[in-house]
Amino acid sequence: MGPPRALWVPFILGRPFGVPGDAEFQRRVLRAVLHLLEAPAGPVLEDYAEEAPVPGAAETEGMACPVSFDREMAADDLGAALAREIEELAPWHDLAAKRRERTTTGLSGMAMDEAARFVASYLNSSPAPNLNGMNAGETLKIVCDDLRAYYYEAAAAQPGNPDAQAVLHWFWHDTAAGRAFHALQKICLDSADPSLQVLGGNSLVPRAIVHAHAHAS
Amino acid sequence: MVRLADLPDFEREHMLDKLKGLEEFSARPWVKPPPLAQCRIAIVSTAGLHVRGDRPFGPSATATDYRIIPADTQAADLVMSHQSVNYDRTGFQEDHNVAFPLDRLNELARERAIGSVAAFHYSFMGAAPIRKIEAKARELAGLLKKDKVDAVLLCPV
Repeated sequence: MGPPRALWVPFILGRPFGVPGDAEFQRRVLRAVLHLLEAPAGPVLEDYAEEAPVPGAAETEGMACPVSFDREMAADDLGAALAREIEELAPWHDLAAKRRERTTTGLSGMAMDEAARFVASYLNSSPAPNLNGMNAGETLKIVCDDLRAYYYEAAAAQPGNPDAQAVLHWFWHDTAAGRAFHALQKICLDSADPSLQVLGGNSLVPRAIVHAHAHAS
Repeated sequence: MVRLADLPDFEREHMLDKLKGLEEFSARPWVKPPPLAQCRIAIVSTAGLHVRGDRPFGPSATATDYRIIPADTQAADLVMSHQSVNYDRTGFQEDHNVAFPLDRLNELARERAIGSVAAFHYSFMGAAPIRKIEAKARELAGLLKKDKVDAVLLCPV
């Protein structure tokens, strides 16, 4: 690769301007990268020295979701457990959307209970029809994107100021949705449909979670 | 972009393995733009961003096309459908500026620290093979010129 000017930033992947909700921090990064335009000759590759602040232990707690998910039900019927979880998280998602004045859900156009039924249809080996103009992998991907965004946004509204890592851990270890996504991944990888194979391989379960599962089992 | 030294072994190996597939370019462009206070700036993201209701990026890495993000797009209408699940999205969910700093750019324009902000911004889905994006990237360069853009802020995730 050969960019003429690049600012190397030390932030976690997904946050090139460092800190959400901190306009001053973002402006410092932006000013630093724009400043590279004034370099008389190149190529220019600069390190950005300022780290994103790490919340202290007193500010963040592990996610202990106040919603009481029913584990017994989860074992018997993952689709039903997913639907119930979504209902129980609704007040938190409503709060998140109100505070942020936005939600990043809505790619599929489905309401969350509808999205849960769509996922359940795959878990029950009777896949629901694809969305217009999309194949199975494309449809299932955006439904799963919506569900994941709903959970992450709801989690962020809860007490304890959970950071990205805590939300990730909670979703993949403590929720029926996490278990449903693992089950979907297996279904996709075992499918004869190439669009589902691609989805199962790349876009359902993060590499770090797959790796942790492989080493735990 | 966290440091390689901060990554767990399996993630570090995955990243280093990517080096083998990276393209070599024979030339590296160098253009000296006007002074910053006169520069018109556009954002080109690879975060798989688009306006709500636009076609999402699919799960395959063959999405070589881009989506248009008009400058007056509201935060509530900006969504992400990148193929990868291996980077943080909670930051973007909380504040789009952490990946797509349009509000910050507008502030700098109001302060006259930059000349102006482009009328249109764009997003690719960065998992696509770089050479396969070339045709669309060239097309985009022409559109940026028509928008009188002097410099592009490339924002990967």
